[in-house]
Amino acid sequence: MTKVYLDNAATTPVLPEVLEAMLPYLREAYGNPQSIHDWGDEVREGIEEARGRVAALIGASPEEILFTSSGTESNNMAIKGLAMAQQSKGKHVVVSAIEHFSVLHSARTLEKAGFELTLVPVDKHGLVHPGEVARSLRPDTVLVSIMWANTEVGTIQPMAEIARVVKESGAVFHTDAVAAAGNIPVDVGQTGVDALSLAANQFYGPKGAGALCVKRGIRILPLLDGGVQEGGRRPGTENVPGIVGLGKAAEMAKMGMPSRMKHLTALRDRLIDGLPSRIDHMMLTGHRTQRLPGSASFCIEFIEGESMLMLLNQKGIAASSGSACTSRALKASHVLTAMGIPVELSHGSLLFTFGIANAESDADHVLESLPPIVERLRKMSPLYDKFLKQERGGK
Amino acid sequence: MPIYSDKVMDHFMNPRNVGEIQNADGVGEVGNPVCGDMMTFYIKVKDNRVDDVKFKTFGCGAAIAVSSMVSEMAKGKTLEEVRKITPDMVAKQLEGLPKNKHHCSNLGAQALNKAVDDYLAKQGKGPGVKSRRRQKDEKEATCEEG
Repeated sequence: MTKVYLDNAATTPVLPEVLEAMLPYLREAYGNPQSIHDWGDEVREGIEEARGRVAALIGASPEEILFTSSGTESNNMAIKGLAMAQQSKGKHVVVSAIEHFSVLHSARTLEKAGFELTLVPVDKHGLVHPGEVARSLRPDTVLVSIMWANTEVGTIQPMAEIARVVKESGAVFHTDAVAAAGNIPVDVGQTGVDALSLAANQFYGPKGAGALCVKRGIRILPLLDGGVQEGGRRPGTENVPGIVGLGKAAEMAKMGMPSRMKHLTALRDRLIDGLPSRIDHMMLTGHRTQRLPGSASFCIEFIEGESMLMLLNQKGIAASSGSACTSRALKASHVLTAMGIPVELSHGSLLFTFGIANAESDADHVLESLPPIVERLRKMSPLYDKFLKQERGGK
Repeated sequence: MPIYSDKVMDHFMNPRNVGEIQNADGVGEVGNPVCGDMMTFYIKVKDNRVDDVKFKTFGCGAAIAVSSMVSEMAKGKTLEEVRKITPDMVAKQLEGLPKNKHHCSNLGAQALNKAVDDYLAKQGKGPGVKSRRRQKDEKEATCEEG
């Protein structure tokens, strides 16, 4: 059976070049980078090379890059660490309604610690309007965090305009760029971002390796207390192979970005343009053009996402869904809900995310496999039954 | 490790008794689209036994497998026996369900019971003796979690 992996939003595979770059640090280059001898020096060099590559990917200076364990850690450190460091100026924090849980829940933790929180709404395409951000700002707002791009619906935010609004107010501006960095052009200098989170496993690097960029002059408190690693801001013995892998993946992403984007956009559009003519009563979620190159997300009426995923898996296709039944907590996706998509429709959410290894034939496999799956589940669905009866009755 | 047992996968991939019975003797519908699962059971009754049973289900893999299993368990049973089918029995027959999917097994037993209620009401026999579980279930009209 043809196996087609279209869940690159969950994680991307590690590129062979990335693995090769990491291997020496799992074998002979085992020294502790803090040690004052050749073993330490060798490893320290690897880390600093990686720091330079990550900085180059996002238009930052190497000393502005902190290595972390994940996008989640970067977001936790940014939200809590930046807000706590600025709290003498005020205790109001603003984030969008469609943030990743690592941002939303960190903001809720701040609320419990006495901060006030405002959630900025999004429109039906999942766009945050700079005007809405401006409306949410107060004299005591110390931190604003708006994600660069949303994994679940692919929508890319107008970052430069949002950053301008925030900077005028004097608040610190953080962005969760985990879905964006390495996949689309991201430049902190040009955009005017103060802090940015990214993760290696979103662009063909290893899991367990993330980074937080904090621009010079921005104060942040550490999450962990310990030694001198990462300038004392992120103590703990470095995940050297992970950091080196992140660096290599960043270098390759920067070099390959234009061709990768072109390739992925064509695959994505093949699905976005091809599915609605084969399946009725479905909709695209997220913005049609302002979206991540590899992302095709939909809601399909009268059926449920997990059943679709299971039948797709039988056809060798890996996808994902924001359906409540696929989430461990059985909660409808807060992203789809914030976009005004009715809960009953969000149960039919389906997300295909292409990666650089995918080909046109993979999109075609979905175009062929999904319609019969939808038909099969609708035949079983009492909702579709009711809809058909109503339609017949209405005519 | 797959999240579902082989038995669940079998009933999900090859669900038994899918469909609708025209002129059914009893119809039971539970759940709603907002909660993400909805089941409709149709029964034909002959000599106090479930002679035929069909269902339609909107929901996750577990919900579909549960519906299929419940329909198999009900077929040929007396109404009294059908009343005694509990969610735990359904889950056991399916070789277990993930923790957060146990509410699906409740729905299956509920829908079948409702179809029996409907049959008895149509016979002028009233809803009959509801099991304690049914009375409890009716109070829990909101979406169940886990």
